[in-house]
Amino acid sequence: MFKKPKRKLYALIFVLPTFAAFVIGFIYPFIRGIYLSFFQFQIVSKTKFVGINNYLKAFQDDSFLRSFWFTLGFVVVSLVLINLIAFFVAYGLTIGIRGSNVFRTVFFMPNLVGGIILGYIWHQIFDGILRNLDMPSLVTNSDMGFWGLVILMCWQQAGYMMIIYIAGFQNVPSDLYEAAKIDGATKGQLLTKVTLPMMMPSITICSFLTLTNSFKLFDQNLALTGGAPLKDGIWTTRMMALNIYKTFYGEGRSAKGVGQAEGVIFFIIVVAISLLQLFLTRRKEVQA
Amino acid sequence: MAKVTAKEPKKVKKQTVGMKILTVIFTIVSVFYVMPIVIVLYNSFKTNEDISRNLFAFPTAESFNGFANFVKGMTFGNYPFWEAAIWSLFITLGGVFLILLCTSMCAWYIQRSNTIICKIIYYFCIFSMVVPFQMVMFTLSDTANKLKLITPWGILLIYLGFGAGLSVFMFSGFVKSIPIEIEEAADVDGAGPLKTYFGVVLPIMKPTVISVAILETMWIWNDYLLPYLILDGEYRTIPIHMQFLNGSYGQTDNGAIMALVVLSIIPIVAFYFACQKYIIEGVVSGAVKG
Repeated sequence: MFKKPKRKLYALIFVLPTFAAFVIGFIYPFIRGIYLSFFQFQIVSKTKFVGINNYLKAFQDDSFLRSFWFTLGFVVVSLVLINLIAFFVAYGLTIGIRGSNVFRTVFFMPNLVGGIILGYIWHQIFDGILRNLDMPSLVTNSDMGFWGLVILMCWQQAGYMMIIYIAGFQNVPSDLYEAAKIDGATKGQLLTKVTLPMMMPSITICSFLTLTNSFKLFDQNLALTGGAPLKDGIWTTRMMALNIYKTFYGEGRSAKGVGQAEGVIFFIIVVAISLLQLFLTRRKEVQA
Repeated sequence: MAKVTAKEPKKVKKQTVGMKILTVIFTIVSVFYVMPIVIVLYNSFKTNEDISRNLFAFPTAESFNGFANFVKGMTFGNYPFWEAAIWSLFITLGGVFLILLCTSMCAWYIQRSNTIICKIIYYFCIFSMVVPFQMVMFTLSDTANKLKLITPWGILLIYLGFGAGLSVFMFSGFVKSIPIEIEEAADVDGAGPLKTYFGVVLPIMKPTVISVAILETMWIWNDYLLPYLILDGEYRTIPIHMQFLNGSYGQTDNGAIMALVVLSIIPIVAFYFACQKYIIEGVVSGAVKG
């Protein structure tokens, strides 16, 4: 298609717009981000090389460490809950019960609303419930902030993953079940020996999506608790994304070099954990 | 529990007792599922005092506030809501259009010419999907500042760059499945790459165009941090405006905010019911290829 003499001209037309925007919007900021993580600066025109000092500072920063453990706990809990709920709901909606399509429509709906608005809505709901029970507000207790975020994310994400699991269930060939039944498989065996192995690609995708979504969560965190309550100088319900954001732009300390180093660490953690997860679940996939 | 059989979701089968019970359970869960949105809906018609007294009570003759919250909400927070809505609409439509046009062309060229540089671009696109925004947040907004991309026009270019990863990936996956003979036939007829692309390739890619459009629309319309950091203060999108109102300390007017939440959810729900089939297909194809 693209032959020699005019090849360069067509590369300009077809690739250049996307490539130029990609360099401006991603490649250059990414490389410069790594570079700047070795400098101390408030504004980019005045930088001072400090080697790996920013990284050392990040690892000694209590609020960064707290946000790491908070995020990790949240990721584990939401990963398990969202996938369990979505898997069984999808199963229930593919056995042919009446109203399946209506339920599917309802469960997916929260995904169309933005995180900021969802965070606001649930903040009001939780505070309304707590007020009726004569209990203190959501932003005064970090455990409630944690579970509030978990409930919000299950409510939102379960519908999305359910859609993917439903497609997975529909793609399991029905003759596999018939063959297994002729061989005398029990219901339990059908589930563990036929359904689960055939569903592994969907499980891989859904756990990958919930894992990265939960790790990168920002909007919902900001709008639901904003990191409150503050305890011993540490915002106890801040996740990593929000914590890095505040290191850059908030609370006047403005240690941008440290913020950038935390960004790089965050990036490495997300990549490492997603690769590990893909490796672990891909191993269990089978060919039909 | 009903027994495991071949899955044919479209067809409703003979309902066993177990399946009937399951329908009842799902009905109850569905009612609870939409409750948060319903609660906001009827609270938007209550006075502020009644909202804070009991969020869950339906509006009564005394607590009913008519459309006062909506009227107040339109100008609440020293920024007209309709202006935020227009910027949101402009950025979403413009960004999605630009992404569809440019990345589909790029993906086709990359797949068909297959040089080393094209392969590198392709892998960079995949890589960009995993990178968290906080990693490039500061340097990206600094770059946008220097290049004066802080207007609703400029941000379209940023969205093209930041959204390129997923869409180049999805389009590339589809191009691989198009038989090259079709394009060669058009080429032999003397069509040339541009005509071949717009006349032959783009129409074939229509299903992927719709899927990418849906996914990118859901992302850009709801995006908060990127436009907040990049856009100049005089421009707000709906999420920026909502967070501004929610975070204005001590002066939170829940009645007005809830009215605006209702106003910003209505177009989304309408969009959902109009294109539900495509949205669900978009989610599935995005996941299978992603």
